[in-house]
Amino acid sequence: MESDIENRPTAQAKGLLPIDIERIKADFPILDQKIGDHQLVYLDNAASTQKPRVVINAILEFYRKYNANIHRGLHYLSEKATAMYEHTREHTASFIGGVQPKEVIFTGGTTGAINLVAYTWGEENISEGDEIVISEMEHHANLVPWVILAKKKNAVLKRIPVTPDGYLDLTNIDTIITQKTKLLAVTHMSNVLGTINPVEALAKKAHAVGAVVLIDGAQAAPHMPIDVKAIDADFYCLSAHKMLGPTGVGVLYGKAELLDAMPPFNLGGEMIREVRFDKVTWADLPNKFEGGTPNIADVVAFDSALHYLEELGMDNIRQHEMDLTAYTLDQLSAIPGLEIQGPRNSNQRGGAISFTDSDIHPHDISTFLDSKGIAIRAGHHCAQPLMKIMGKVATARASLYIYNNEQDVDALVKALGEMRRYFGL
Amino acid sequence: MSGSLDDMYRDIILDHYKAPRGKKPIEEANIASDGHNPACGDELELKVSVDGSTVRDVHINCKGCAISVASSSMLAEQIKGKPLEEVKGLAEQVRKMLKGENVQLPEDTDDLDALKGVRNFPVRIKCALLAWVTLLEGIKTFEKGTGESKTINLEETD
Ligand SMILES: Cc1ncc(COP(=O)(O)O)c(C=O)c1O
Repeated sequence: MESDIENRPTAQAKGLLPIDIERIKADFPILDQKIGDHQLVYLDNAASTQKPRVVINAILEFYRKYNANIHRGLHYLSEKATAMYEHTREHTASFIGGVQPKEVIFTGGTTGAINLVAYTWGEENISEGDEIVISEMEHHANLVPWVILAKKKNAVLKRIPVTPDGYLDLTNIDTIITQKTKLLAVTHMSNVLGTINPVEALAKKAHAVGAVVLIDGAQAAPHMPIDVKAIDADFYCLSAHKMLGPTGVGVLYGKAELLDAMPPFNLGGEMIREVRFDKVTWADLPNKFEGGTPNIADVVAFDSALHYLEELGMDNIRQHEMDLTAYTLDQLSAIPGLEIQGPRNSNQRGGAISFTDSDIHPHDISTFLDSKGIAIRAGHHCAQPLMKIMGKVATARASLYIYNNEQDVDALVKALGEMRRYFGL
Repeated sequence: MSGSLDDMYRDIILDHYKAPRGKKPIEEANIASDGHNPACGDELELKVSVDGSTVRDVHINCKGCAISVASSSMLAEQIKGKPLEEVKGLAEQVRKMLKGENVQLPEDTDDLDALKGVRNFPVRIKCALLAWVTLLEGIKTFEKGTGESKTINLEETD
């Protein structure tokens, strides 16, 4: 493999701030612990990231000082809680590229966001013979809802294939995205291969045939600057827990005119304008899609996660991860018996790195690494069709984030070397 | 991690993993059953020939982790030449043992005790279980005389 570490400008040369990893690590209390005899090395960030002290404190503070239901009470706490909740909405709107706050819908996660679109927009707009285009590298969250919708509506599910080196194969894209395409639903960054997909170009193609574009941003939003307007995404989905925020919070961004035209999803309190026994009218955006009491405390704490990321700078984060990904790919490719999946060029990928060993099953890899305090993920990563295409039953995956450094990678590499000896290879 | 690594990967387990028994195909089989663990991707194919009421030969091909391979290899080694009733009882005992019950395994089956180590690794229990539940399913079909066994599919929550 060719290394792109040496000949790429470093963060300093680009005028970015170098990230001080030691200082960052200190912000994450959970990282300061031993698993058995070994210092914890957390490399399972594509599954979920750890939380900095500011986020943990924000949750505590909310319950200590401001807890009340929102949009309802005419008392101090309720007004305060409502303002904090709505502040996170505004913050999220600016974080993803300066959209209108009412275009930001809070959900339980990316899965919740995509299902919302499938059951409302999809239900109304997909009919027999229509085509839904996805890619072969989708997470089940951006796959199962469309498989089911296509079945129900007698619509056709079409796939953009994946090349052996882990890119979307766009050779025949003009026969895949056609006049019949009603929806293009693709991931911005693969959780298995790390690939960053050309979503802007794909969106342009889809829009040219009048299709709607949904981007699964669960893996991209935590790791690079996101501008949904530049992508021209109609829908963009993300999960707070993968970007330093709490679990149970996700975001559905949707263009206002689309959201306005969609029927509501969770019917009940908070999402109505007027209810009579014979007639109900819906509330305006965003409340129309937030029926019931939402995850107030965690949405409020998500604001602190966004602040933390912005303070580091998403460009800096991306640069740090490109550097560390290049280093990791270099180190891993020197280990005999190891096969790395996905693009080799760190400019075109994020830090989710899947690999397999010629002899040792990914679950044994994961259990062995765990005994050295190293947390990775092993399995099909909720992408069973992709695994089949790759010809694997499962992979091991190390995934990087801002608090990881070369020492973490070195610990991984050292342990993988010991592993082969342990299993007698 | 809740158990020590050597508890799970005991020497005997690694020995079976590196040289699995029962790989050799067999000519005729009266019991044929497949096992699949979608969460891990483990797949196994089991064939048993029964002579009267005794297990004459076993073929087991398992593609999976060290635990599932070792467990199926031990199964092949243990059941060959035994009466079917005894085999059934043993499989039930192993299943109970893996699920955490205290069981007394027959004397000549000491090796199987090594599988106990997975009990401290909750997500790996089904790896050890796969071969045994696949065998039980195969025997059930054989006894009913209804042809094909259904493929055993261990659920993520099993
Ligand atoms: C690409 C991708 N899409 C969707 C999801 C689902 O996210 P969540 O489980 O937070 O809803 C994930 C997370 O595992 C993911 O990696």
